[in-house]
Amino acid sequence: MKAIFSRELDAHFSSLTGNLFCAFVLLFAGIYTMAINLNGSYGNFEFVLSTMSFIFLITIPILTMRVIAEERRQRTDQLLYSLPLSMGKIVLGKYFALLTVLAVPVGIMALYPLVLSMYGNMNLATSYSAVIGFFLLGAALIAIGMFISSLTENQGLAAGFCFVVLLVNYFLPSLAEYMPKTATGSLVALAAAVLVFGVILFFFTKNVVLSATVTVALEAVLFVCYSAFGASFEGLFPNIMKKLSVFDQFNPFVNGVFDVVSVVYFLTVSAVFVYLTVQSLEKRRWS
Amino acid sequence: MLEVKHLTKRYGGYTAVSDLSFSIEKGQIYGFLGPNGAGKSTTMNIITGCLAATEGDVAIDGHDIFEEASEAKKLIGYLPEIPPLYLDMTPRAYLQFVARAKGVEKDAIDGQIENSINVTQIQDVADRQIKNLSKGYKQRVGIAQALIGDPELIILDEPTVGLDPIQIIEIRDLIKSLGKTHTVILSSHILSEVRAICDHILIISKGKMVACDTPENLEKLFAGETVLNLVAEAEEAEVRSALSGIGEIREIKYEKEDDGCAGISIETDGSRDIRRDVFFAFCEIKRPILSMSTTRASLEDVFIELTGNKDEVMENSAAELSEDDNAAKAGEEAKEDESDIQQGT
Repeated sequence: MKAIFSRELDAHFSSLTGNLFCAFVLLFAGIYTMAINLNGSYGNFEFVLSTMSFIFLITIPILTMRVIAEERRQRTDQLLYSLPLSMGKIVLGKYFALLTVLAVPVGIMALYPLVLSMYGNMNLATSYSAVIGFFLLGAALIAIGMFISSLTENQGLAAGFCFVVLLVNYFLPSLAEYMPKTATGSLVALAAAVLVFGVILFFFTKNVVLSATVTVALEAVLFVCYSAFGASFEGLFPNIMKKLSVFDQFNPFVNGVFDVVSVVYFLTVSAVFVYLTVQSLEKRRWS
Repeated sequence: MLEVKHLTKRYGGYTAVSDLSFSIEKGQIYGFLGPNGAGKSTTMNIITGCLAATEGDVAIDGHDIFEEASEAKKLIGYLPEIPPLYLDMTPRAYLQFVARAKGVEKDAIDGQIENSINVTQIQDVADRQIKNLSKGYKQRVGIAQALIGDPELIILDEPTVGLDPIQIIEIRDLIKSLGKTHTVILSSHILSEVRAICDHILIISKGKMVACDTPENLEKLFAGETVLNLVAEAEEAEVRSALSGIGEIREIKYEKEDDGCAGISIETDGSRDIRRDVFFAFCEIKRPILSMSTTRASLEDVFIELTGNKDEVMENSAAELSEDDNAAKAGEEAKEDESDIQQGT
């Protein structure tokens, strides 16, 4: 795992992507620190992080696009498959290298509140809780990007798809406002979501029986729940949409709360997508 | 060393490898021979654990490639069809990475890297970026990578494809020297190559094993007919009556040539060497033999016999298929070249 980690880290910093990522994040950190902390005279670094969280939409796809797609294109994945290492270790090595790249600009940014506090009043506790939250948000998004990179051997496609996924994710809370809030509305929307899930399942497994059974079972559970607790379906779908937004989980940190639920949320999303990446690579062995 | 039992691999409805079984002994060079699309690469990918088999087992020194993957993989060095190189690294850095990833002991890493650089003779390019190397050197770096970790079994998939003739000779010599200290399996669709390098040949066709033996034995096995070619000064009738006493002769072809000599080809059933009988028969009628030579079934004939003519019905379609394969292969290679150029710029 260490070998994979250090090779990946070298690759990130000897190629454009890693350096570009750090430069971009730091550039925007600088701009917003100047605008909010210096010009706006706010003593809260979390506002900077909140405003700049959107740059993950562009920088994460660029950082993660090549991480597995390129291995497939260059056929170096064959080397990885023939190494006496488990796929889990290989993927973790790659993931930790990505986290290290993320840690570089975040680590530099972590100095800003300290420096600023020398010249004025900074709320250091909330600032640093937000820095940690910002890092965890990035970690979760990187896991998603890495998974998307494992689905294709075209890094452009990986970047584009990742951008779209993150963009939708970013706007999910706003989109949720437009969703029907009635119980029936939620039911219909959820039923449709289950259908979409069924189609995606079929796409990945190519197994009609399995995907049909799972879809029908989920729909049945949904209707049973609806007939049992109809009232709690009120506003359920918009709420779920909000909860699915990884970006939305960063808000508590911005409001000065070190939210353990959000921390667990970020860690869970990271773990799930790292696991899915391993599965996606293992699946290629069987196809 | 390597035990393959009832290996089957299906891609959807297509069976790439069907019920393949063989075992490989230590310290020899094995050639995996078959036309394009016969399932060579698939088999090698399964042996090295890069691909899962639909059915069957692979065991390296008793370690199952799936159940005890890391023990088994430590015994194998693998060069896939396209060498798995990180183009932005130097060969030395690349080998360093491979050594660490293969779990080579820290103290042994430098020694092993130096050794594999020396064996594959890439000293001169060891500190240049891999993307700037020629195809032959890239192939060598690929082989150097397979040698890291000092595996007992080295598996090379089409190691000489796409190289120029001098590079081919160099790589063949390299493989031969590797064969002295390791067990080597290499695949190829080029007969002369396999005959030149290998102690054992496994011929596979349409995913099935059709023969497994030494090159000499394979030739002998199929040397049912031996043809004796003579040039002699004799009339046709004389020749036929003189040779009528030799029972092994099946057919005599006589062709008069312009200079008064005759080209005579004598087909025998191959059960006995009849050259002496022919000589004395010509002596008796006082006709001189100017030259005499024998032609035996070559490995080419064996190969064609085994892979092509096996089912007569399939012959034509198979020929068409392999032509298609060749065309596809050529296309692929052209594409690779293109991408090489792009990477170079």
